[in-house]
Amino acid sequence: MAAAATAQFKDRNLIGIIGDEDSVTGLLLAGIGHIDAKQAKNFFVVDAKTPKEQLEEAFSEMLRRREMAIILINQHVAETIRERIEEHEDAFPTILEIPSKDHPYDPSKDSVLKRVQKLFGSD
Amino acid sequence: MSGNNQRLAIFPTRMAQTTMKLRLKGAQTGHSLLKRKSEALTKRFRLILGKIDEAKRKMGKIMQGAAFSLAEVTYATGDISFAVQAAVRQAQLKVRTKQENVSGTMLPAFELYSEGNNAFELTGLGRGGQQIAKCKDVYAKAVAQLVELASLQTAFVILDEVIKVTNRRVNAIEYVIIPRIENTIKYITSELDEQDREEFFRLKKVQGKKKRDRDVDEQARLARLAHAPEVDEPASILAGDEDGDILF
Repeated sequence: MAAAATAQFKDRNLIGIIGDEDSVTGLLLAGIGHIDAKQAKNFFVVDAKTPKEQLEEAFSEMLRRREMAIILINQHVAETIRERIEEHEDAFPTILEIPSKDHPYDPSKDSVLKRVQKLFGSD
Repeated sequence: MSGNNQRLAIFPTRMAQTTMKLRLKGAQTGHSLLKRKSEALTKRFRLILGKIDEAKRKMGKIMQGAAFSLAEVTYATGDISFAVQAAVRQAQLKVRTKQENVSGTMLPAFELYSEGNNAFELTGLGRGGQQIAKCKDVYAKAVAQLVELASLQTAFVILDEVIKVTNRRVNAIEYVIIPRIENTIKYITSELDEQDREEFFRLKKVQGKKKRDRDVDEQARLARLAHAPEVDEPASILAGDEDGDILF
């Protein structure tokens, strides 16, 4: 199983972002934005009116794409689709929760840290 | 299931016994090696854990700083989000994965590299170009941090899996394989002992019988001599006297 995962990651080199407008703008400014031949973008802007299904759809779509190495996601957005994120247990693509302007980082909500807690209790 | 220690189905010979003993030795060595590997991996795991924790907190601060500089830009230039999103073409910042070998497992690490030229060079030439450049810089640094964090996280996930598998094997060897081989050895040894005893018993029985036969013959010979002492014929080879078995 580890072999399958490592075989996949050779072509993965994009950093995707699902987040609010400000986070996406800033990160795009840094240069991680990408549009491929099929007009598929590696970023998705979320606002207060975005329905949950659309979010889940965008998330699944990014997961499916084989060029994605890392997916950045605002923590408050991650909260909305928490189950999907916890379902994703593969090493690739890595899901990283980042804070946003209005929602500072809360370690207790992070999926990865929660898995860590599960394994080690209160280490 | 651990109480159900069967033995391997094998024919109890001395060669089988030697083979089993060698296998036991092999299993014990394998077990201690795997255990050491698991310990090394767990140590590394905890190290990564600590690093992840620290990195995440640092990232929180960096992202805040970045958001602030973006606010400055918006203040100076107005809302640039639409322009930025529209201007996306190829990604300049991409990541490369390189493999690191840790106690036999290949752990990936992400490496940020930039490719192509800067798509946003022309943005903000109207106004606020300096703020935009600064903001871009801050965010680029933030991305570098994030990439590092992502590397740690992937290593963490993969290590987790590998440690689980290794521990499972260690337990399998310790509680299933080794007891099974030990039971097999015990069985073979007991069978061989039983065979030896049977052999010994048979030997004794045969010796006993031989002795009785010899006694009976002796009696008969003495009786013959008593009745006809003068007739003393030399033994004839052709008399058909069977030789007794030679017992060592």
